[in-house]
Amino acid sequence: MQTFIIRRLLIGVVILFFLSVIVFTLLSVVPGNPATQRCGLGCKTEQIKAIEHQLGIDKPLFPVEVSGSTPFLHFYGDSQYGDWLRNVAKGNLGQSTYYNEAVTTAIRARLPVTLELMILTMIFTIAIGIPFGVLSALFRNSPIDYVVRLTSIFGLSVPSFFVATMVLIVPLALWNYSPPIGRTIALTSDPWGNFKQFAPAAAVLALGSAAGIMRLARSSLLEVLRQDYMRTARAKGLREGAVILRHGLKNSLIPVVTVLGLQMAGLLGGALIIEQIFTLPGLGQYIFVELFNKDFQVVQTMALYVGVVVILLNLAVDVSYAWFDPRIRYS
Amino acid sequence: MAKDVVVGTPGIATGMFAEREAGSLSRGLRRSGVLIRRNPLGFIGLLIILILGAVAVLSNFFHIPPYALNDFRAGQPDEGMSLAHPFGTDAIGRDVLSRTMYGAWISLSVAFVSVLGGSAIGTAFGIISGYSGGFVDSFTQRIVDTAIAFPGLLLLLIIVQTLGPSFSTVVLAIMLGIIPGVTRVVRGAALSEKNNQYVEAARAVGADTPRVLFRHILPNVLALAIVIMTTLLGAAILAEASLSFLGLGIPAPAASWGRDLNDARNHLPIRIPAAFFPGAAITLTVLGFNLLGDAIRDIADPRLRGSQS
Repeated sequence: MQTFIIRRLLIGVVILFFLSVIVFTLLSVVPGNPATQRCGLGCKTEQIKAIEHQLGIDKPLFPVEVSGSTPFLHFYGDSQYGDWLRNVAKGNLGQSTYYNEAVTTAIRARLPVTLELMILTMIFTIAIGIPFGVLSALFRNSPIDYVVRLTSIFGLSVPSFFVATMVLIVPLALWNYSPPIGRTIALTSDPWGNFKQFAPAAAVLALGSAAGIMRLARSSLLEVLRQDYMRTARAKGLREGAVILRHGLKNSLIPVVTVLGLQMAGLLGGALIIEQIFTLPGLGQYIFVELFNKDFQVVQTMALYVGVVVILLNLAVDVSYAWFDPRIRYS
Repeated sequence: MAKDVVVGTPGIATGMFAEREAGSLSRGLRRSGVLIRRNPLGFIGLLIILILGAVAVLSNFFHIPPYALNDFRAGQPDEGMSLAHPFGTDAIGRDVLSRTMYGAWISLSVAFVSVLGGSAIGTAFGIISGYSGGFVDSFTQRIVDTAIAFPGLLLLLIIVQTLGPSFSTVVLAIMLGIIPGVTRVVRGAALSEKNNQYVEAARAVGADTPRVLFRHILPNVLALAIVIMTTLLGAAILAEASLSFLGLGIPAPAASWGRDLNDARNHLPIRIPAAFFPGAAITLTVLGFNLLGDAIRDIADPRLRGSQS
């Protein structure tokens, strides 16, 4: 188990390295020189050079450079990529030019919003997805099954931003109602106001993930119901409820937990649109605004941050297998 | 009619890869009867896609919608639903029905081009990675891990925002999003094909690696690649719509459902039809591809049934 976790962490580090290189490359090919922009019109070449030096963008991009001439490989002690990594490692995540504040300050203020949205979404997803998936499997080919299956394929097809738009504009047009928008209401000071603000967004996000969970819980339980140990459990005289709950459901939840973990990662992307539509000032909205204002340094850092979170989530999912299924032993 | 199209999906790939798929083609013909009987939902999906495809082609090339795409004199701004404008008009008086019909072309063409391109590249990477093994394989798979670990939408946004939105950048971004998943699945299939005797036989008669890869392994993983492609089309439609909803799709004057939905959302007074119909069009298209994809997957490989979440 320990070796497994260590190996997965090492692979995680490799993935992070690739991610940092890809994101850095992608965002450093953006046309336009920040030094020219800062300097303004009628700027002399020496002034631009000076600002470039001050910003560190006169350094080579990567510590290793491949070129056609000899020597084929060039090594540099000092590079823009190295500067960036060193800063990120020190916890110095840089400064947002658009908001004029440190990225760490922004993360600290916005992380709770995104976390609350994700937790609420997960609660909705589990509360809707698993029970209906189980019902659908237990009453296979009954009207309930058809309704659940149709609902889930619809939920997987409808874009979250469309549902979000409808959830916002229909009550507004018909009853002139809108959920509290703008300033976030703290959970501690006004729990009901906070719920009114977060629940619609979480429900919209949960629609897609609950649809996926319903389908998966259904097919997974159907698979388990066919197993020999189910017959054994019945043969030894267990009541049907105990057979389903203790032997069936518990075993069928293994793939469900995996996908829930993966969905958490996907929610980070979904939050990008949903936070924007519901004007929830979370991390998704932050990344979105920074991206639109072409504050690419911040986007780089945030992309790396998201990568770290996703890799840790995946690791947690893998480890949780062992807890749910004692047959799995990592070596 | 249904028969033609069930065959039509593998047909796309037949033109692209090789012309030796006649066997699976006739198998597809026989199976299409099964599709309608056993899988009425898949048949409905097929119908939806056919109708939408017809609307897209007829609008884009034969201009059947009642009004031109950007004809702001079609009606008064913000009209409700009426006989003259069944879906109402938008903020500057353009006919929503006509715009929704024109939007089908962009949506479907972006999806088809990016899925065909992405699957072709992903399949190539997949069989090379699976067949080579060793360093090439683990290097490729770590890159695939990286891409899969990262939220797809963020990647799309970063790519389009850095390169600037246009038809080709949107297609490129969606393609890049598709490649890792296809690579992973096809690699798994290639890995198991590689130990078959026919590969050994081909090598024994002196076939070089590219020949083994593309003449022997490729035809055997093609069925799988086609199944993935159908399921990816819905995802590609969603990706294009999300991008244009966020203002990073194909720029005006082209019609795009996502952008029309966003425009309607940001406009007061609220006119529900102007937002509802473009959104419903996206939903219907994705639904059609999902239903069809499920059916094709069920027929091609019953073991995969319900496995995709």
